[in-house]
Amino acid sequence: MKKLMNIEPSRPLKGFLAIIPFVVILILYWNASNERLAENPYDKLLPSFTQISDAVERMAFTEDKRSGEYLFWEDTGASLYRIGLGVLISASAGLLFGMLSGLLPVLRTGFSPLITIVSLIPPMAILPILFISFGLGELAKVMLIIIGTAPVIIRDIQNQVRQLPSEIIVKAQTLGANTWLVAIRVVLPQIMPRLITAVRLSLGTAWLFLIAAEAIAAQEGLGYRIFLVRRYMSMDVILPYVLWITALAFAMDFSLRKISELCFPWYHQQEAGK
Amino acid sequence: MSLLKIDNVWKSYGDVQILERLNLSVNEGEFVSMVGASGCGKTTLLKMILGSETATKGQILLDNQPIAAEPNEQRGIVFQKYSVFPHLSVLQNVMIADEFAASKFFGRTFGKQKQAIKHKALEFIQAVGLAHAIDKYPHQLSGGMQQRLAIAQALMKSPKILLLDEPFGALDPGIRKDMHQLIRKVWKENKLTIFMVTHDIQEGFDLGSRLWVFDKVRQDPQVPSAYGAQITYDLQLNEPAHLATGQSLAEKYVKKVANL
Repeated sequence: MKKLMNIEPSRPLKGFLAIIPFVVILILYWNASNERLAENPYDKLLPSFTQISDAVERMAFTEDKRSGEYLFWEDTGASLYRIGLGVLISASAGLLFGMLSGLLPVLRTGFSPLITIVSLIPPMAILPILFISFGLGELAKVMLIIIGTAPVIIRDIQNQVRQLPSEIIVKAQTLGANTWLVAIRVVLPQIMPRLITAVRLSLGTAWLFLIAAEAIAAQEGLGYRIFLVRRYMSMDVILPYVLWITALAFAMDFSLRKISELCFPWYHQQEAGK
Repeated sequence: MSLLKIDNVWKSYGDVQILERLNLSVNEGEFVSMVGASGCGKTTLLKMILGSETATKGQILLDNQPIAAEPNEQRGIVFQKYSVFPHLSVLQNVMIADEFAASKFFGRTFGKQKQAIKHKALEFIQAVGLAHAIDKYPHQLSGGMQQRLAIAQALMKSPKILLLDEPFGALDPGIRKDMHQLIRKVWKENKLTIFMVTHDIQEGFDLGSRLWVFDKVRQDPQVPSAYGAQITYDLQLNEPAHLATGQSLAEKYVKKVANL
């Protein structure tokens, strides 16, 4: 008998072990929900699966009586637009400023302390400033995501650029490259997969700030809806919304990883070989 | 006339004196091997010739002009590690040298120009024996093949000086022998002037036409960092008398290192 720490489960067993916790949670929930509903059919805390699917049917596949829209998809679209735009701008800023300050000591000296300080400001604390200066529209919410994620990405990219072996940069110069050519042909392609990793890591933060901003001031959005229906204790709506947000977050992370593997196979094979 | 002249060069980092009183001159076509204990400053001298370090005192002249204080095309380099671009295939790694020169804005070439560069690159790839692996990426190559690639890359620019920083230090003995043959061939065919830093004194004798031994002449037991290393032996390996001195020196040196 091998030592416990050396036992590696077989492939089918791995799949089985991965599913078990989810099944257990579902069964536990189902039991608890049934018990509560048997005691009080109007209990709202743990809605049954039928109630939840009714709520999904109502939110996602029935026109809203007041606006004539499908609220669930409205909310999804609005939230995805905000987080997409925010993360895109953050990533672009991270790439641009991170590369500039990572590659050019002159800029780094002036820029790096500022970014370090800015990245320490709690973004939620300046949310009121954002609302005051950018109004309650889309801009303030997107700005919150940018302020929450961009400084971290900039710092990360700056570090990643500096961690490229100096031999590579010197070698490029001995082959006749100037600063610009080193930036676009040597540093940029090597930084792109690392940028994608940095963005993936900042997605959690981006969702946090999106939902916070929507909870405070919005007319639609996944975060807005959750906080709206909280007033009626509509767990039957909140639960599927939370699951949906989780699924979206997973899909974004997964597709970024796949894109990276597709576009930069050399990077992933190299990392796997380490 | 000498190609490279080292004129009373001193180098220190703060209080730590690394090198002192270096006066040397090297002719075109020489193959200088530099040996010495770890931390004696041989790599520092190489970096000063490369331009990534500058001398604290004195100057280095290339063709009677002060050498550029940053790396450029005049001096090619092969490091022990990280000498090639991990995001480019073998062919792209070699082509990029001429693409930098051909396209100052994109660093990429197209059409006929690209074909011409590809043709030239393939010749060098052939010369270092990597023709079978042109589409592979560096991480798919063995250590020896990566060094071959780095040499082909450096040759594209026909540098006046080729610098080798312990290029074969991480390779197996068998592969090292092959690499020695390759570098000797490259040296002769391209009429290069080569400076090579090595830990292996035997390698220095086998390859070089000239051998520099770095050691500290002055020692302060209280402050070991007060004095820098100098070149204690400058041997012309093609002269039999020197070669004999060299061999006995090598034996002594090897014993000294072994005793440490």
